[in-house]
Amino acid sequence: MLKLATRNIGLENSHTLAVARANGAYSRLEKALAMAPEAIVEDVIKSNLRGLGGAGFPAGRKWSFLPKDSPKPRYLVVNGDEGEPGTVKDKYIMIHDPHLLIEGIIITCYAIRSHKAFIYIRGEYDLPIERMERAIAEAKDAGILGERVMGRDFALDIVVHRGAGAYICGEETSLLESLEGKRGWPRLKPPFPAVEGYQRCPTVVNNVETLSYVPFVIEMGGQAFADLGCERNGGLRMYSISGRVNKPGIYELPMGTPLRQIIYDYAGGITDGRRLKAVIPGGSSCPILTADEIDVPMDFDSLAKIGSMLGSAGIIVFDETVSLPEALLVLTRFYAHESCGQCTPCREGTAWMAKIIQRIIDGLGRPGDADNLIRVARNVLGNTICPLGDAAAMPVMSWVTKFRPEFEEWIRRGRPVSESPVPVTRIGERLERAAV
Amino acid sequence: MPKLTIDDRTIEVPAGTTVIQAAEKLGIYIPRYCYHPGLSIAGSCRMCLVEVEKAPKLQIACYTFVTDGMVVRTTTEKVTIARQAILEFLLANHPLDCPVCDQAGECKLQEFYMQFGQYDSTLLENKLKKHKAMPIGPHIMLDSERCILCSRCVRFVDEVTKTHELGIFNRGDHSELLPVKGVTVDNAYSGCLADVCPVGALTDRDFRFKVRVWYLDKTESVCHGCARGCNIEIHSNRRRTHHNDGRLIARLKPRFNGEVNHHWMCDTGRYSYKSIESDDRLVQPLVRLTGKGQEKSDWTLALAQIDEQVTHQVGRSGVAAAAVIATPALSNEELWAARGLFLQGMKIEKIAHRCTPDPNGVEDSLLRKTDTFPNSFGANLIIGQPHTADPTVDTILEAAAAGKIKTMFVIGGGLLERYSTDLLREKLRNVETLIAIQTHRSVLTEMATVALPMTSFAEMDGSICNFEGRVQRYNQAMPPVGQSRPLLDTLADLANRWELKTAPRQPENCFAELAQNAGYFAGLSYETLGDGGVNPSRRSATAATT
Ligand SMILES: Cc1cc2nc3c(=O)[nH]c(=O)nc-3n(C[C@H](O)[C@H](O)[C@H](O)COP(=O)(O)O)c2cc1C
Ligand code: SF4
Ligand code: SF4
Ligand code: SF4
Ligand code: FES
Repeated sequence: MLKLATRNIGLENSHTLAVARANGAYSRLEKALAMAPEAIVEDVIKSNLRGLGGAGFPAGRKWSFLPKDSPKPRYLVVNGDEGEPGTVKDKYIMIHDPHLLIEGIIITCYAIRSHKAFIYIRGEYDLPIERMERAIAEAKDAGILGERVMGRDFALDIVVHRGAGAYICGEETSLLESLEGKRGWPRLKPPFPAVEGYQRCPTVVNNVETLSYVPFVIEMGGQAFADLGCERNGGLRMYSISGRVNKPGIYELPMGTPLRQIIYDYAGGITDGRRLKAVIPGGSSCPILTADEIDVPMDFDSLAKIGSMLGSAGIIVFDETVSLPEALLVLTRFYAHESCGQCTPCREGTAWMAKIIQRIIDGLGRPGDADNLIRVARNVLGNTICPLGDAAAMPVMSWVTKFRPEFEEWIRRGRPVSESPVPVTRIGERLERAAV
Repeated sequence: MPKLTIDDRTIEVPAGTTVIQAAEKLGIYIPRYCYHPGLSIAGSCRMCLVEVEKAPKLQIACYTFVTDGMVVRTTTEKVTIARQAILEFLLANHPLDCPVCDQAGECKLQEFYMQFGQYDSTLLENKLKKHKAMPIGPHIMLDSERCILCSRCVRFVDEVTKTHELGIFNRGDHSELLPVKGVTVDNAYSGCLADVCPVGALTDRDFRFKVRVWYLDKTESVCHGCARGCNIEIHSNRRRTHHNDGRLIARLKPRFNGEVNHHWMCDTGRYSYKSIESDDRLVQPLVRLTGKGQEKSDWTLALAQIDEQVTHQVGRSGVAAAAVIATPALSNEELWAARGLFLQGMKIEKIAHRCTPDPNGVEDSLLRKTDTFPNSFGANLIIGQPHTADPTVDTILEAAAAGKIKTMFVIGGGLLERYSTDLLREKLRNVETLIAIQTHRSVLTEMATVALPMTSFAEMDGSICNFEGRVQRYNQAMPPVGQSRPLLDTLADLANRWELKTAPRQPENCFAELAQNAGYFAGLSYETLGDGGVNPSRRSATAATT
């Protein structure tokens, strides 16, 4: 099985410079520094490397949007906020192979002619922060970072910025506000960060995983990388799979690997031989799939075609015993708690949906609640400043639509169709306590 | 210039115009909460969503810039549903305090619900509790349950006053507009917060529970607090006289004038109206008869007394021993009439308006001017006579103290802010015939041989020139207080008695005469001044509303 970003994970002390270097780190950087920056951008465009933070925007194309004639400095901002429920990939890279990320950052900065990069890391990620900081120090000492990168006439500084615990700060413009020391409220777009980002200067924002694949694009060439994946979705990516599977974890597989294969062949199938009920394919914001829909190839375009999203590839598996209304309560509370509150539909809509579902769970459902949930979600959808509103609305719409009988049953009878062996509501309570 | 179509009507507007502005030019009003033309764009309330052809989602009109060939629709079903949805969201946690909310009647939640809402409520959930009736500064009360988090107020203190007292704290529907911890909202323009707030979250403590807004009458006027001359509305309560503590003027509100004050006015100006109906107004003529103390009198007697006493005194001590102080608190018309009577009619050459500056005058980069007289510019034009020794109030007071002034008229307010009572008493001691024509009681009326009550700017039409020379009209908002009379009438009566030429009693006609005689005002009339005034020194007659 081909491994790229996870290649060194598992090696003893893989996070140290010595081990990383012995296993290929910075050799791609050498190669890149011998190339013209524009040639790197071209190669990354050819590689079909997509943004792996969630939106799937082609990385090379994003870089090419930087204004050519701006006298302002340019920045690279690395998104390591990793807040999407079900997604745990970035932290593995940062913990086990920080030098891979640094190499990707340096190549990218060289390609976009940036001399300063920030890594914005989720506040709770103590170890990733520690490892990244140590790796940056090591790289500086070794002359890999600093005034003269690898002895060349290219200066680069990388700064680690610790987030303060808000999911919304993973949204790129909110992240930039937070990085500037302001409240993490998403900005109106346009202008996009490529034109006006950090300190209103041209900025590329990329996910940790996205940048960790850049060295491999250089190593193997854009076309070869593209060929690893499927049409318009180049290379591999890291699928986080959790929930009721026998072997939850992170699997690095080609873009377009069928979901069924990931669940049954790699993750060992459903726990205790139970029946599959539903799957969230790409992190909690992505519309849910029924057991009949898992033959879909896991790439951005195939999932979009069936009305869902690949997102951050955080797969969450529900078996037949999971009470979906209770699980949805956890999600809606999460979004209500994490809505930044800036725009009306998301601020009020997320909280309202959570309240309705809570009422249903409490046995106080009313006829019409299911329709109303869908209506409220639809009124949020597409009407907000940033995609968090959509992220909160889509699960509600898809869950209630696809599993309507189960919701109606709760509304009518106020108790679960089947006993839920996992006390999902307790997770919800924990969330709420955290909110106080 | 891009040409776009909104609701099947086409308009050409400059590049950089937003859809909400372009629509306004066509007379199409797109509802909005966070958008305020005087503040940066927040784009957060989402009330202004409209359909733009080729865009997959609805777009916010306040942040959509026009492009050539753009087709916008503001009345489609999609838009209607979105507007209802936003209102439903905004009202989900709204307390509906309308019966006890000062904003009721001018609340954008009420208005837009009636215009664009009217849905059947499906809300069964409990509403959130937040802070209520929280005084956050000397003038502003916050009710954060009523707040719709449009951030207008935050942008106002960040961008306009740059005092940064407010912020939105917490997240999600727990978000709450609050003052920064330990900070009082006491900037010099804090009253504007009640104006920018589209709902009843920020209300004016001064106006709180005084009178329902739908009983108020609005009169266009100009603030007399300083030389800026902010355009204002006087809101008067003529229909519920038992409300508003029995006073007629309920509040002043800024009126937009892009050349003068934009959307704002200062707190000093805003609350200055209180002196108009204060207890120390002079409400009746006062007369001091020889050998007797000062007594309350009536107009006939008082005018007869002035006639007699002034004629007698001037006859005895000569016109050189007579002086007039006509302060820049007076309108152009009043100054013109005073000039006609005293300088041209009675040939009194010592006529002054220039005083020492008001020690309390403050200037900032927004509006306030150190000169707290509203019409120094006009007074300089009309009274400032180069052919005399150009007396000032100070030189006249000195001459009076030296016993060289026996007859004196003191007309108009503002002296007490600049000279102490003791000083005035001292300087005026030797004046034998002192005629005070004043709005308020003071040492001047107390020492006066005859004191006559005159109307304030709220009780009379008139015009003033602001510090830049902009000529601006104001209108009568209420009947004269007590027995006070317009100065134009008083001066005309005196002129008649002395068989001198009178200036027109009607301010409009008086202004017309001024315009014919004083070059600066040439060609102007009340009509051409319009609502927003004209600045002849710039030779551009710009209407305030453009
Ligand atoms: C609510 C919200 C949360 C997000 N959280 C993250 C995150 O934690 N990490 C991330 O990389 N991208 C996140 N994104 C996506 C970013 O906005 C942005 O698209 C991404 O960082 C771009 O990098 P990429 O092109 O390499 O994926 C989030 C987006 C939204 C709307
Ligand atoms: S959609 Fe939600 S998270 Fe995004 S700006 Fe609006 S309120 Fe904030
Ligand atoms: S207090 Fe008023 S102006 Fe301020 S955010 Fe709330 S509704 Fe808007
Ligand atoms: S700045 Fe001057 S004119 Fe304007 S409101 Fe204040 S006092 Fe009145
Ligand atoms: S007025 Fe446009 S979003 Fe508020």
